[in-house]
Amino acid sequence: MSAVAAARVRPLWRPKPMIRNPLLRYGLLFGGAAYLYFAISTIEVNWNRLILGMDRAQVLFAGFARPDFVSRWQPIQIGILESVAMTVVAGALGIALAIPFAFGAARNIAPLPVYLFCRAFIAVSRSFQEIVIAIFFVVMVGFGPLAGVLTLAFGTIGFMGKLLSEDIEDIEPTQLEAIRATGGSWFQQMGYGVVPQIMPRFIGLSVYRIDINFRESSVIGIVGAGGIGGALNTSIARYEFGTTAAIILLIVALVYAGEYASGVIRKRVQ
Amino acid sequence: MPVTVKDGIPVWRKRDRRQTLRTYFGYLIGAVVFLIAWRFISGQTLWYFVWDAPAQAADLIDRMFPPRWSYAERLWRALWDTINIATLGTLIAIVISVPVAFMAARNTTPHPIVRQIAMIIIVFSRSVNSIIWAMLLVSVIGPGILAGVIAIALRSVGFCTKLLYEAIEEVNPRPIEALSSAGASGGQVITYGITPQVLPAFAGIILYRWDINIRSSTVVGLVGAGGIGLQLNASINSLQWSQVSVIFVMIIVLVIGAEWVSAKVRGAIQ
Repeated sequence: MSAVAAARVRPLWRPKPMIRNPLLRYGLLFGGAAYLYFAISTIEVNWNRLILGMDRAQVLFAGFARPDFVSRWQPIQIGILESVAMTVVAGALGIALAIPFAFGAARNIAPLPVYLFCRAFIAVSRSFQEIVIAIFFVVMVGFGPLAGVLTLAFGTIGFMGKLLSEDIEDIEPTQLEAIRATGGSWFQQMGYGVVPQIMPRFIGLSVYRIDINFRESSVIGIVGAGGIGGALNTSIARYEFGTTAAIILLIVALVYAGEYASGVIRKRVQ
Repeated sequence: MPVTVKDGIPVWRKRDRRQTLRTYFGYLIGAVVFLIAWRFISGQTLWYFVWDAPAQAADLIDRMFPPRWSYAERLWRALWDTINIATLGTLIAIVISVPVAFMAARNTTPHPIVRQIAMIIIVFSRSVNSIIWAMLLVSVIGPGILAGVIAIALRSVGFCTKLLYEAIEEVNPRPIEALSSAGASGGQVITYGITPQVLPAFAGIILYRWDINIRSSTVVGLVGAGGIGLQLNASINSLQWSQVSVIFVMIIVLVIGAEWVSAKVRGAIQ
């Protein structure tokens, strides 16, 4: 009796469950728990190695406390310059090549065979990480930043092609129709009907992708495609964590500067 | 948009003379920067190796076909590991990024200094590529899946935190005001005022990041951090290109499948 009265005085409110069907709710919970159990049980942890690693972690943190810019300055300098040069060249090259792919992959302006070809190319380019593509280009053109440029340009085509083509598909069709109705040629239709509508997005995406290209240019050097990644890889392999820390701090600083600049540009465009 | 009169006929131009000159000057500077960067890259390239690139590419493709499909049997375990690296890494990233996001959001941060610390965490995590994290971790805690999981987690923290704190800053302040005027504590405001508002966005962010992490977890193995990248590295090092093509097919299927799952679930939630 008293319990009922108490419940009547202070009704307990609970937030509604997110999944209304209890079977699905508990099923998902159980499935998730089972997956976690199996996933974690297949991770083989070598505890001895882990304990051994603690000393090395200390060295690593000590390296970050005292980054060593001086003793390997020559390779760091060349690596950073290479990364920046690769970013610039690959940005220009990739964006220039991405434009035809973006137009080709937009269903509202491209004929079906062109559309399918461009979509397939973009899908392949987006499925592989830059570092895998870099392995390929290194095999083809040899070690050095040229392989990196080709890698980043290839990645840029996939990224810009996909996002830009979606924007082209979303344009207001009436303007395009108006220019077609006044007898504009295909290039005039694109130039005056499509391009003005996607221009702000295009600039924003380009700047964003150049930003990404710089980040990627810091890793593809691991497989020999130029840039700071080579020096970073060497320093880690030699356990020179002071140099490692210096390189990572430089990368962070440059990425941050690039992000700040791209943010300013994007804000001005939009 | 100036209109000039030429032979009694008004002619429309997009820009007046000064604007045109300024635009051309901008292009000129861009071209000069591009050429300087290109000269630098060209100087670092051994062109002798570039000229036979078409032959090398043809040779490579020739070696890749036909793919050795029997090799696929030995890849299932690696595929399982790859998915686990991405999923567990994402889960760890969630656990870390929720408190950091509340520290970083202007409307929930306990103190501006705490906010700055959270910002530094975000910048560091986002600027360093997951492969670099993986290299560091492999050298510290030894090769294996665990290094991959932690690398993916460390890289994802910044991404998830950034998007989540932006979502927290954009919440509707009225429910929060209502709760605090009814005497709710800070924790209660977060649980009942902010969390329900950001939960859908957060679920979307997690799924999006999981999709990205599947892509990155295919390559962390290249530096020894587990997953299908290990097999890729081994096959490339032993020049078994017919196995490489099998791995590539698997990666494409995995990546496209993950993208599809992520898009479907996000569509169902939002």
